[in-house]
Amino acid sequence: MSLVVSNLSVDHGAIRAVSGVSFTVESGKIAAIIGSNGAGKTTLLRTLSGLKSATHGSAQWNDHDLFSVKPEFNVRHGIAHVGEGKSVIAELSVEENLHLGAIWRKNKKEMKSTQLDVIELFPILGERIKQRADTLSGGERQMLAIGRALMSRPQLLLLDEPSLGLAPLVIEQIFQTIKSLRDQMSLTVVLVEQNALGALEIADTGIALNLGKVVVAGSAQSLLNDPAVRAAYLGY
Amino acid sequence: MYKFISSLLIGLSLGAIYSLMSISLVLVWRSTRVVNFAQAGQAIVSTYIAYEVVNRTGSFWLAFIVAILAGALLGAIVDRYFMRPLFKRVTTGPIVAIAPVVATLGLLGILRAIVGFIWGVELKPIAAPVSLDGYSLGSEVLPFAPYNALVILIVAIVLIVLSLLFQKTNLGLSLRASAFSPEIARLSGVRVNEIRTLGWAIAGAAGAIAGILATPTSYLSPNSLDILLVFGFAAAVIGGLESMVGAVVGGLVLGLGVTFVSNYVSTSLIFPTAFVFLIVILLVRPSGIVAGKRSRRA
Amino acid sequence: MRKRLLLFIALGWVLLFIGDRVDELRVYQGASIAVYTIAIGSIILLTGYSGQISLGHGALMAFGGYVAALCVANASLPLWFAFVMAALLTGIFGGVLGFAAARLSGPYLAGTTLALAVGLPSLANQFSILGGEQGIYLDPGLPPARLGEDFSQYKWFFWITTLAALITMFWLSNILRSKYGRTWRALRGNEVAAQLCGVHTGRQKVLAFALSSGLAGLAGALLVLTISTVSPSAFPLSLSFALVTGAVVSGIYDLKGVMLGAVILVIIPEIADSVASRFGDSLKIISTLPGLLVSALLILAVLFTPNGPGEKLHHLRHKRKAHSG
Repeated sequence: MSLVVSNLSVDHGAIRAVSGVSFTVESGKIAAIIGSNGAGKTTLLRTLSGLKSATHGSAQWNDHDLFSVKPEFNVRHGIAHVGEGKSVIAELSVEENLHLGAIWRKNKKEMKSTQLDVIELFPILGERIKQRADTLSGGERQMLAIGRALMSRPQLLLLDEPSLGLAPLVIEQIFQTIKSLRDQMSLTVVLVEQNALGALEIADTGIALNLGKVVVAGSAQSLLNDPAVRAAYLGY
Repeated sequence: MYKFISSLLIGLSLGAIYSLMSISLVLVWRSTRVVNFAQAGQAIVSTYIAYEVVNRTGSFWLAFIVAILAGALLGAIVDRYFMRPLFKRVTTGPIVAIAPVVATLGLLGILRAIVGFIWGVELKPIAAPVSLDGYSLGSEVLPFAPYNALVILIVAIVLIVLSLLFQKTNLGLSLRASAFSPEIARLSGVRVNEIRTLGWAIAGAAGAIAGILATPTSYLSPNSLDILLVFGFAAAVIGGLESMVGAVVGGLVLGLGVTFVSNYVSTSLIFPTAFVFLIVILLVRPSGIVAGKRSRRA
Repeated sequence: MRKRLLLFIALGWVLLFIGDRVDELRVYQGASIAVYTIAIGSIILLTGYSGQISLGHGALMAFGGYVAALCVANASLPLWFAFVMAALLTGIFGGVLGFAAARLSGPYLAGTTLALAVGLPSLANQFSILGGEQGIYLDPGLPPARLGEDFSQYKWFFWITTLAALITMFWLSNILRSKYGRTWRALRGNEVAAQLCGVHTGRQKVLAFALSSGLAGLAGALLVLTISTVSPSAFPLSLSFALVTGAVVSGIYDLKGVMLGAVILVIIPEIADSVASRFGDSLKIISTLPGLLVSALLILAVLFTPNGPGEKLHHLRHKRKAHSG
């Protein structure tokens, strides 16, 4: 049980955004992908979920080839992607956003029980259940976005910059939630972050990207201790 | 007083038809960002088919059902085999911004020509299923006829069915999610392309109903629904172009507006009134009277 | 600029020469081509350069046609003055209309102008001065006597329209190269970026729409000259569609192709007629075939040469070079 990405390259028109990237994430672990703006992190994640097509390389989740189907079918294989920038649908209510996450299951009972689990994890969503998503605060929206992804009962969660634009306290809360998803639900998480310190602190492995290439990879602890990584990404 | 009440009722039945056309334009605009000018052409095809069914079987209601099915099918075909390949092909250059408009325009022309080839350009009538003679109140005969009442009833039923579909079902949630944010819908497992085609089919069905309801009070010809398209567009703009509720409100406002002007001022002012409505709304409330959040400039 | 002026003068001489050597029908078609050239030019100015689209340029042509006819029939003004008035007043009318719609993007302008084109006949019936369905007769007058006795009326139309078309195209090619042209292209490319560079986008769009309307008005006035009557049926919705087709076929941002579009629009009815006569002149075919051809052409052009034949040729040449090299 693992996510295996090998020799992945992705082109943005004439530009090679991701170049020969390989890594493995063991089941039930968090992998943090860190790097600056334009390092190719988001492109990498979008390719994994199928939103963007790969130029070379492969990605396997257990026996499933991620590149063999469209993104709407990757969800059906237990892969959920939370896009960059609080990906909720503003015009829909909180409840509708949550339902959307489980819509392909068509099993109302299961949907209800999953919704209770998600609300237990994020009680604030329960309080706001009938409100339109655009009335939520930034942190609440991020919770809703993650909640929507959890509604599909995924095994592999792809998270794109969950901390973007949030207050420090809220960031801490989100990171703790991600950690508990691994610890309590044994989810596998690929976490793309610019906030390298926060991400590495909860992650098991770390991968640093620069200009589309892997510069360092290893255990999260080893990256935190690596002087080059500290200078480049952690700022101390 | 009679005049006022009958204007009100006539306005409602007229507005009901505009609302349907307006809804079909809004549905497609929301999901595809195209104002589907070919909708008038799709509706004219389904209405001619209805004309043929009425002629052969004598049943308006059978024709009504056939028209809805034909409209839905045509809508789906237009999206799947026309718009989708177009968007795939035309991706660069200044034409991109106007290609959808130009393409739907071309399609409108082709559908009109096909109808002309098959049925000719002479005016054809479709008999109404109920009387077109106005109700009489005492010695007065109102212009409001049983057929107008039927139109209001049918449109009300259609609107209720549509709102249940959109608000209460998973399919409706998929339709709305795909329209507002295709990417999030797709990541949630919604088959966005298929859902969009379904949206076009629903829009086509709504346009087909508008077409067949509008015809018994006038005549059918290859371009007889152009004016309905324009009124539907004006109604959609009045309603903000994004919202189905807005589309209905816009249709009713426009229907009442033109009826009152034509009854109290001059019958030949129907079109200028609609045009002035359109311009004034664009100037005063560009986001429509049922204001949405999105900017119209985007 | 001087080189281009010489080019246009040379083109004029060539056309004059051709006009003297073909039969009356061709001369008349030549005049129509000149009218369509101006009309399509006005759409290229609008769509290709400022990124807006109008589905109602036929209605603006009608506006210009009515202005010219009223000037001549009611006020007995000279022809040239009627044309100037047609361009001017249609431009002002377009400016007012554009102020409402052109501040907004794509579908709003398209729909509003479509409404104008659909509603035109009912407007014409509204005011008795416009002559209702019959319209107004415009007396074009006889060609000046000093051109000789066998100088036909059609040739006179051809001269007038061709001169107007040459002047218009020269003016257009200059303005599109001027700072206005550059501004509009920037607008079309990226409106927000243009705005950030200090372009008053709303004003520029209205200006482009007004100028384009003015040209359409001039084209309408010239069209009325060649058919001697202005009536709603001379400006059907299909005219507006045909103009868009002509512009797309020409290459929506390429003034060089504009005559190609005009020629196609003039020969389509002729093709339709000859096809219809083979099928026994059935009313169905005569009345629907031109519309079918125009629409089919429009769709094919969008699908296969979306940015005009110029771009296609460029690509082909490029490909050949790549193959041989």
